[in-house]
Amino acid sequence: MSVKDQVIAIIAEQALLDPQDVTLDSTLESLGIDSMGVVESIFAIEEAFDITVPFNANAPQESDFDITSVASIIDGIERLRVQQAPA
Amino acid sequence: MKRVVITGAGTVNPLGHSVAETCAAMRDGFCGIGPLEIRDVDRLQIRIGGQVKGFEAEGRFTRQQITLYDRFTQFTLVAAREAIAQSGLTFEGKLAARAGVVLGTAGGGVSTWDDNYRAVYAEGKNRVHPFVVPRLMNNAAAAHVSMEWNLKGPSYSVSSACASSNHAMAQAAMMIRSGMAPAMVTGGSESMLCFGGVKAWEGLRVMSRDACRPFSANRDGMVQGEGAGIFVFEEYEHARARGAEILCEVAGFAMSSDASDIVMPSREGAARAMAGALADARLDSADVGYINAHGTGTAANDKTECAAVADVFGAHAERLMISSTKSMHGHLIGGTGAVELLACIMALRDGVIAPTIGYEQPDPDCALDVVPNVARDANVTVALSNAFAFGGMNAVIALRKI
Repeated sequence: MSVKDQVIAIIAEQALLDPQDVTLDSTLESLGIDSMGVVESIFAIEEAFDITVPFNANAPQESDFDITSVASIIDGIERLRVQQAPA
Repeated sequence: MKRVVITGAGTVNPLGHSVAETCAAMRDGFCGIGPLEIRDVDRLQIRIGGQVKGFEAEGRFTRQQITLYDRFTQFTLVAAREAIAQSGLTFEGKLAARAGVVLGTAGGGVSTWDDNYRAVYAEGKNRVHPFVVPRLMNNAAAAHVSMEWNLKGPSYSVSSACASSNHAMAQAAMMIRSGMAPAMVTGGSESMLCFGGVKAWEGLRVMSRDACRPFSANRDGMVQGEGAGIFVFEEYEHARARGAEILCEVAGFAMSSDASDIVMPSREGAARAMAGALADARLDSADVGYINAHGTGTAANDKTECAAVADVFGAHAERLMISSTKSMHGHLIGGTGAVELLACIMALRDGVIAPTIGYEQPDPDCALDVVPNVARDANVTVALSNAFAFGGMNAVIALRKI
């Protein structure tokens, strides 16, 4: 499964939606994912991609990981996978 | 209904190993938060905390005691010794039969769980020490206080996460009010600064990596602490008859439940607890000079708490002082209300208001007098201590100068 499909599957599960109803420009807010859902989604992403996502629920806008939309999450994952790739 | 007063106080926390040391540190705006010194800290993302330093079990307790006392019990026993010594009470005869101990803790012997899970899961051992259960149980600290001081009345532990010790102290006060007990030992203790304890909190993504900055616009989360605060609550006439020194009166208290969300705070639930404590104490909101805030330093708590204060106090909210001493000692979880009650007692007795340290940027959502960074002299006759827990369980205590 591609990164995109995996992320969509994770987000869809949190939002209790069919993956087909989640698109690249869906925002977590528009999908009805609350703050606990965000934290759970990030955990699922860390587990799925074996990365550590720098995210603090107190200051999401200052975290170096944009969780606004599915597309921004995918970008963030791609970047972290490069940064955190084992030497 | 009988009146309740405090005749003894004791503590062990990141600011000191006694009430005097703690109050001096609060007056100085001392920060007890620093790099965590615990096993496997390199596997943690959150590496700071309010650890109690210079507190070794060896030398304080016998080898047999150490096998039975988790760190949260050790803190409790040392703090109880200070509180009961100050009260001057000796528990014997009828007093001993009716006096008990009600203590708050959220996790009980967390380090004991951690150490022994490590032994059986990580190290593959198939045997643990025979006293693991009596060491880790939530009521262990209360039990050892009852045994050490011959307290034979109602004793148990209360667990409501971050409001545990305020709920415990409300329980103890109710017992004295009703005439059930002439004196109670109460307060709370917590010690979860071990790998598993911090790892669990880390998962929630609400911890700061560098400092606890309550009410500051750039706050980014809570910092965990450890320690105990223990008090002797006594019926007013009982204390007067023996000429005891009275630290202050427990004028009232209230408890409320948000009944809404497991972690997000509620303005309405917090407001009901504060208003309830004032009504219970038959006080006017304008009587309150100081509030020791729950003030965790999370984005959600501080803004919600300030809104609730505005709701309850109206225009007086602008005049009263509100500070969060968690900026100095961290969040002591189930023990936090007990240690923070010391800041209220200091305000009433010494006329010194503990500051909110680490305050860097005003937040329009927290536009109250948060006593930023420097302690202040002020004459205060009534103080509130707030505790708003996960689970939406709130407990507020009102203290009055006497």
